[in-house]
Amino acid sequence: MEIMVLGPGCSNCTKLVELAKQAVKELGIEAKIEKVSDMHEIMKYTMSTPGLVVNGKLKHYGKPLPDIAKVKELINSEV
Amino acid sequence: MIKQFADYMTYSIMKLGQGTALADSVNFFIYDTIKIFLLLFTIIFAVAVLRSYFPPEKTKKILSHKKQFIGNILAALLGIVTPFCSCSAVPLFIGFVEAGVPLGVTFSFLISSPMVNEIALVMLWGLFGWKIALIYAATGVVLAIISGIVIGKLNMEKYVQDYVWEMKVGEMAVANTRFHDKLVYARDYTKDLMKKLWPYVVIGIGLGALVHGYVPTDFVVKYAGPENPFAVLVAVLIGIPLYSNAAGMIPVVQALVGKGMAMGTVLAFMMSVTAISFPEAVILKNVLKMRLIYTFFGIVAVGIIIVGYLFNAIL
Repeated sequence: MEIMVLGPGCSNCTKLVELAKQAVKELGIEAKIEKVSDMHEIMKYTMSTPGLVVNGKLKHYGKPLPDIAKVKELINSEV
Repeated sequence: MIKQFADYMTYSIMKLGQGTALADSVNFFIYDTIKIFLLLFTIIFAVAVLRSYFPPEKTKKILSHKKQFIGNILAALLGIVTPFCSCSAVPLFIGFVEAGVPLGVTFSFLISSPMVNEIALVMLWGLFGWKIALIYAATGVVLAIISGIVIGKLNMEKYVQDYVWEMKVGEMAVANTRFHDKLVYARDYTKDLMKKLWPYVVIGIGLGALVHGYVPTDFVVKYAGPENPFAVLVAVLIGIPLYSNAAGMIPVVQALVGKGMAMGTVLAFMMSVTAISFPEAVILKNVLKMRLIYTFFGIVAVGIIIVGYLFNAIL
């Protein structure tokens, strides 16, 4: 599974990366988590950062961040 | 009712002598803290629900290929309700430009969105009454419209970073959410914001309470009163580095107004706090060349100063 966190690098993006890592660990699945800060890439998906993309599908965008249960649910929907 | 509670706490529980500077400060602090937090929770939640109906994607669609003037008015109004923080200013800017939103219209949005924010409105309403809050919002919208039109007329498209024009943007998903999701969004939004905000509010009210109890009226009238021609200018300069601390600044300002600070100076100061920010300028450097950034902040600053003198003259 491929997970991307989109964002120019503000504190919320960093938090979302942490949440994604924790979710993957708790779900016990194999996943590559990538932090994407390149504007060209980000703009393919959303203009509200941070964004969470799972297997090429935008699952969350903007503030406020989802909580850990929600992140797990979002990732799990692509398993 | 809050007033009675504050009086009861100050004079009966803490047994402070009525009329002393300490009692005045403590009473002011208790009363304002309760009132402001009640207002903040209610209004932020309500605004968050409203905002969930205006995601940036939708706003972009509404504004794309709009004519100047009409576009500027719409953009300034949508700026109030579209959720947006300065860390997503870059993708938002690119998204707008790519969708054919004229540059001046985009700026109307970028000016009104931070300036007319719910926190500033709540605090002004709670501490100065709805009339001042309304004047602030209306002036902010007018300023955003005019600044956007001026920037549009200056034909500054060449001062946007070149790569922005070459960006290709994918078709973005706008999730259709149910009402329940909107309430959850509003709850999380309120919780997030309050967590960040509350220390500033408490410190601000505390400072305001000190001013209220201890700073002499003559002093304030002399420096911030309507007779000092430089007050507006200085207020705007002081406001620039205080970005995002609207919640903490307003209680202090309110206490100063009680001692004779002029209302136009207050409005100019608040606009400078919310609308002009260095971090935003740094972020915008990713999409704008320096010349356009200077122009942008220059026009807004001049507008704010005019607003200050204007209201000092008529209020």
